[in-house]
Order: sequence, then C-alpha cells, then structure tokens
Amino acid sequence: MFGFGMEYEGLAFWLPLIWAGLIAVAVAMYVIADGFDLGIGILFKAAGSENWRDRMMFSVAPIWDGNETWLVLGGGGLFAVFHIAYAVLMPALYVPIILMLVALIFRGVAFEFRFKAERSKFLWDNAFFFGSLLATFFQGMVLGAFVQGFATDGRQFTGDTFDFLTPFSVVTGLSLICGYGLLGATWCVMKTTGELEIWARRMALRFLVATVIAMGVVSVWVPFLGRQIETRWFTWPNIAFLAPIPLITAYVAYRLLRDLDDGRHVRPFFLAIALFLLGYLGLGVSLFPFLVPPNLTIWDTANTVNSQLFALVGFAIVLPITFAYTAYSYYVFRGKVAEEISGGGYGYH
Amino acid sequence: MEFDALMLSRIQFAFTIAFHIIFPAFTIGLASWLAALEFNWLRTGDPLYRNLFRFWVKVFAVSFGLGVVSGIVMSYQFGTNWSRFSEFTGNVLGPVIAYEVITAFFLEAAFLGIMLFGWERVGDRLHFFATCMVALGTLISAFWILSANSWMQTPDGFAIENGKAVPVDWFKVVFNPSFPLRYAHMVMGCYLTTAFAVAGMSAWMLLRHPHDAPAIKLAASRRSLSMALWFATIFVPVQILIGDLHGLGVLKYQPTKLAAIEGNWDRMDNMPLRLFALPDEVAETNRYEIAIPKIGSWVLTHAFDGVVPGLKDVPPDERPPVWPVFFSFRIMVGIGFAMLGIGLWSLYLRWKGRLFTDRTFLTAAMIMTPSGFGAVLFGWFVAEIGRQPYVVYGHLRTADAVSPVTAGAVTASLLIFIVVYAFVFGFGSYYLAKLLRRGPDPVEDIRGEDLHRKPKRPFSAADEGFDGGSGRKALPVR
Repeated sequence: MFGFGMEYEGLAFWLPLIWAGLIAVAVAMYVIADGFDLGIGILFKAAGSENWRDRMMFSVAPIWDGNETWLVLGGGGLFAVFHIAYAVLMPALYVPIILMLVALIFRGVAFEFRFKAERSKFLWDNAFFFGSLLATFFQGMVLGAFVQGFATDGRQFTGDTFDFLTPFSVVTGLSLICGYGLLGATWCVMKTTGELEIWARRMALRFLVATVIAMGVVSVWVPFLGRQIETRWFTWPNIAFLAPIPLITAYVAYRLLRDLDDGRHVRPFFLAIALFLLGYLGLGVSLFPFLVPPNLTIWDTANTVNSQLFALVGFAIVLPITFAYTAYSYYVFRGKVAEEISGGGYGYH
Repeated sequence: MEFDALMLSRIQFAFTIAFHIIFPAFTIGLASWLAALEFNWLRTGDPLYRNLFRFWVKVFAVSFGLGVVSGIVMSYQFGTNWSRFSEFTGNVLGPVIAYEVITAFFLEAAFLGIMLFGWERVGDRLHFFATCMVALGTLISAFWILSANSWMQTPDGFAIENGKAVPVDWFKVVFNPSFPLRYAHMVMGCYLTTAFAVAGMSAWMLLRHPHDAPAIKLAASRRSLSMALWFATIFVPVQILIGDLHGLGVLKYQPTKLAAIEGNWDRMDNMPLRLFALPDEVAETNRYEIAIPKIGSWVLTHAFDGVVPGLKDVPPDERPPVWPVFFSFRIMVGIGFAMLGIGLWSLYLRWKGRLFTDRTFLTAAMIMTPSGFGAVLFGWFVAEIGRQPYVVYGHLRTADAVSPVTAGAVTASLLIFIVVYAFVFGFGSYYLAKLLRRGPDPVEDIRGEDLHRKPKRPFSAADEGFDGGSGRKALPVR
C-alpha cells in the first residue's frame, strides 16, 4: 500500500483509510452538487433576460441548500475524524476560507432575497453572480494551496497568512471557475428548454474548451511543484496503471463535445461530472496518502480508534438514508423547468 | 484589553455566533409552528390554516436561508480561529458535530426544498411529511449542537492523553450532566421566541389593518395571535421551571459561574436575592446592592440556610467577568417575567372578549416581538461568559485554544463579517417587513395547484366554501 502507514496495525490502519474514502466521496459530492449550482451563478450575468435568470435560478432553488450541506460535511467530517488535519489546514487557509464563506453568504441569501425584491433585484443578481464566482475562485485557490503543500512543524502550521497565494493557486482558482461553469452550463442544458437551452449549449462548449485547457495547464504544472509527484506518475509500473486516466479524460472531453453538438440533453451533464471525477482521481493519485501535504498523512492526523469507530457507526447507518432522501428530492424536481415562471404556481414565492 | 489574535478571535466568534443563533432560535420554533398549521389544515380543511402556512413559510424561508449561510461559517471557525481547541477536543466533539450534519442538516435541506417548492408535485400528505421532517431536523440539529456545547460546560466521559481529550464513554459524552436541561431550556426558548415573534407580528398587522380590511386578513392575523398566545401562556411558566432546575445544575457543576450570576463574593448561607448591584471586581464587593434577604439561598437550594458558593472561593484568574454575567442573567429573567405578564394579560382579555381589539395590549405584544431573541441571546451570554476563563470548563483555557493566526488577518475578517452581516441582516429585515406589511394572501390569490389539481385535493370543497362565494373570483384585495 504505497509503503505508508505500515507501522499502524489493524483498525488503526484501516479506519483512516475508510474515512479518507468517505471524506473523498463527500468532497466529490460537494464539488459536483454545489459545482453545478455555483456554475449557474457564474453564468448568471451573461444570461440574456430576466426570464432566463429566473428559470436558471429556479432550476437549482429547491436543491442548493442540500448541495451546500456537503461542504459542511467536508469541514465537519474533517473535524470529526482527522481533527489534526483540520486544526492545521484551517489556520493555514484562513484567508481563502473566510472569503469563500463570505461569498457563499451573498449567493445563499440571494436565493431568498431575489424573489422578494423588486427595485433591489439587480443587487441580488449581482450578489448571486459575484458570490458564486468568488466562492468558486477561492475554493480553487484552497485546492491549489492544498496541492502545493503547507509549512508544518510537528502538528502546527508554521507558515504565513499569505502562503496560499501563488501563481499556481491563482491558476487553480481560475480553472475551477471554468469547471463549475461547464457543470452549470450542462445542468442548464438538461433543465431548460428553448432559446435558453440553445444558449446554455453554446456556453457549455466554451467552458468545455476552457476546462480542458485548464486541466492541461494544471497537469503539466503539478510535477514542477517539486513534490516528487512526477515520480509517482512516471515510474514503472505505475505509469501502466495510471496512463489510462489522462486518456479516458481526453475521450470524455471529446464525447462531451460531440454530445453538445448532437443536441443531447442529459448526457452532457453526466459527462461533465465524469470529467470532474477524472481530474479528482488524478489529484487523489498525486496526493495520497497525505492529508496535510507534504508532511502529514491520513494516519498522522486521524482521531483515536474509538472516536473514528463511533462516527463510523453513525455514518454507516445514516449515510445511505441521507442518499436516499436526497435522491428523492432530486426526483421530485426532475424534468425541465417551465418557461413561464410567475406567481404561486412555482412554489411558495 | 489588548487586541491580539485571541481577543479579536473571541470578538469575531461572539459576533458571528450571536448573529447566527438568532435564526435557528426562530426557525426551530417556526418549523414546528408550520407543522402545526399544516396539521390543522389537513385535519379541519379550514383554508385559513393553509393561508397562514403559505404566509409563515415565507418568513421561515428568509430566516432559514440566513441561518444556513451564517451556520456554514460556524463550522469552519472552529478550525480557522480555534485550531488548538479543535486539537484538544477533536476526538470527542468531532464525531458529535459530524452527527449533527448527517442526521439533521441533510434532512432539513432535502425536505426544505419539497416544503417550499414541491407542494403541487408531491401532494398534501407527502408535503406534510416534508414539513414534519424539516421540523424534526431542526430539533435533531439542536440536540447535537447543544450536546457539544454542554460538554464544553460540563465535560464527562473522557480521559486526557498526551494533553488531548479522548473519548471513553460516548453515552456520558453525549448525555453529559448539563445537557438534558440545557436542551429543554433552549428548545423551549426557541419555541417561545417564535411564539412571541408570531404574536407580535400578528399584533402589528392587526394594529395597522384599517377597520374595513378584508375579513380574511383580520381572521388570519387573529388566529396567529391567538394560537401563539395560547402557547406562550401555557409554556412560559414551564420555561421558568426548567430554567430554575437548570440553575440547580449550574450550582452543582459550575459553582463559580453561579457565584458570578448571583454577584456573590463570599461563600454564605442565607444568601439574599440581589435584584440590582454594581459588582466591583477590584474591591471584590457589590455597590448599590438592592436585595431581598434569604430568598437567594431559597431559590437556589430550596432552603433558606442553603450554602451558596462565592467568587472568592477561587483565585481571581479563575473567575469569569462578573458584570456581563450578572446583568445578562437579570435581563434574561426580566424578559421571562415580562413574557409571563403578557400571558396572564392575554388570559384576562380573552375572558373579557377583547383580545383582538385592546390596542394597549396589541401594542405591548408588538413591543414584545423581539423579546424571545433577547432572552436567548442574554441567556447564552450567561452560559458562555460565565464559563470563562475556560472554553472547556476546568480543562482548556480560552487563551490556550486560539489558532496561530495573525491579528491582522483576524481584524480583516472581523471587519468583513461586521459589514457583510449588517448588510445582509438589514436587507433580510427589510424583506421581512415587506412580507408582514402585505400579510397573508387570501385564498383566491394562491394560484397553482388550485387551478390544476382541484379535483384531487381532499378538502377542495371547504376551499370553495370560504367567504361564501365560489372561490377565486371574489374578493378584490391588496
């Protein structure tokens, strides 16, 4: 197992692995779920009319809250089982995390306020757009800072407030905007009709191109961060196992391009998700098993066995139920959003 | 007072959590209130209940949205600003917080969407189920977060290894000594907050309705007012009782906090009940004390000669700041008795048949709109400031819990939070006021399922019958 953590035995070895897997799933869920509704926000300003914006917002209004809950689970989950990583990462990422939260506040309240506003509606259009854009950007920076690694001594962060801010993290911030934009646009293709759908298709195409370029740039850059990540990718036999990842990525991007052209409705969204998951997998391969790169592994930062077990029992019972009713709420709001949104016919507004 | 990262982080945490708690305090009660309204609608078919639901659910949505976004901030601040607290408590509190997320937040979030937007898609029964799940979610959420807070007040079921708390007995961790009564006290506090907010807003709507206002508007405001006041009349006394029992727990487990609440410097029996005083922390005495002899001991120990601990039992660096604890407690209790007064007054007016017309009473009820929020906030000031100088009582000092962040970074984030919260809160209040000014919509104004699903709905006949007319043609409003 990559030669890490061998000094740990039994549960002390397996529990952090299981938990790393669960938290990876939670983060992936977050990135996909909030990704597309942040993406809707990123596209918001470019949308041609009030009606389009209403429809775009309505397509995510019933589910955005649940989507964002995965973010709480990410933070809460880290605190729950890798509390040392949480205690090191959060101070190190103080600035981007706080700014991301503030941006999320603006876009979150926009959902409620925009429908209540009349003269001040433009304010919440802007809050939704800039909130989504900046939240995405800072999330991307957090990701970049994470890949770069942190200055630590033992279990303390020893770096500076602005260590996170580098050309690399700016690029990852911009990349995530492209990626979420793609998710949002393909969601919009799936959930809307008429001219809005045609427009979303065009936007999806642009964001797809941008996303592919961004993935390329980041992939080329990562080995130059000097973290020996390249040895993991480019040594035998790893290269044989890992080479399919970029190849499949390229194929998925191509398929997505064709699907958008062919006028497919649903598949582009799922292909965009696949693209995200592949990028995510690539990062995972690069970073595993470090939770505070480059020094602390999942085993170094995990809670006591007792603590991990207690949390695991609950997760094992509750998480499937959570998935079930979350899926149900998506099912309830399935299908395309109607073109005319007005009055009480659409929910409670 | 030095404005270092510690002091600034404390101010930031106090500010953000005080802002946050306003919304859960309201939505915990409102969710149950909505469930009650919808239950009554399904039971009686009286469309008034449904209209009230439709109205209060908007108020709920605004408050809930603000609660969600300000709550996400909280879940990250443990790490950003209090990383050493996270390190010390992570093994114990980490799972407790995680349980809150998976058992409550997802439940609320998933069913909130259905509750707000899905009525015509899922039908009455499932919609009612969704409303109940949202209400249940808020209560479960309160369960875990209060368990975590109570553990910080009265930690139990753990051992200390390598300078960190590790869990030994999870049942004792979750059901630590101060938890059951704190939970009861807080949930009841939330319910009463909502009751007084609903009563006050309804009173306001009644006061500003012209005499010729549409009957539906008057009826809706009246029914809200009446239901909320019945609840308040019955449960304010219960809350006072729970608070008294909770106080006994403080006496037992956090004697120094209790001494600060009472402004009691020397351990004594026959302690007077101090109604007012200016505690002097330097001279270790009270000035301008107004007190009733012996009653203090009786309230706390239920015996006149009961011994009450004093602040001087511990050295000065183990004492909380006395002023804020002493006064916050008196404000909270004062609000509680004012609530009791409103409840009794409403009973008298009901008996006289003037509940909806007595303008003095309606004005008083309106003024009491924010009373519950005040009581909740000041109650938390007592609990949290009274726990100082510890963040985990007796085990971890607040000063040792802070993150290795710079004062500059925290100053910036604190200023951002103040500006952003003021802005968001300002607009939230403005939209809320707008909703209230408009009041509940009449039946005819609710489009949607009425048009499409009329035949399927079990109580559509009752809907038709309202106002003696044939439904949505009648009643020009607004």
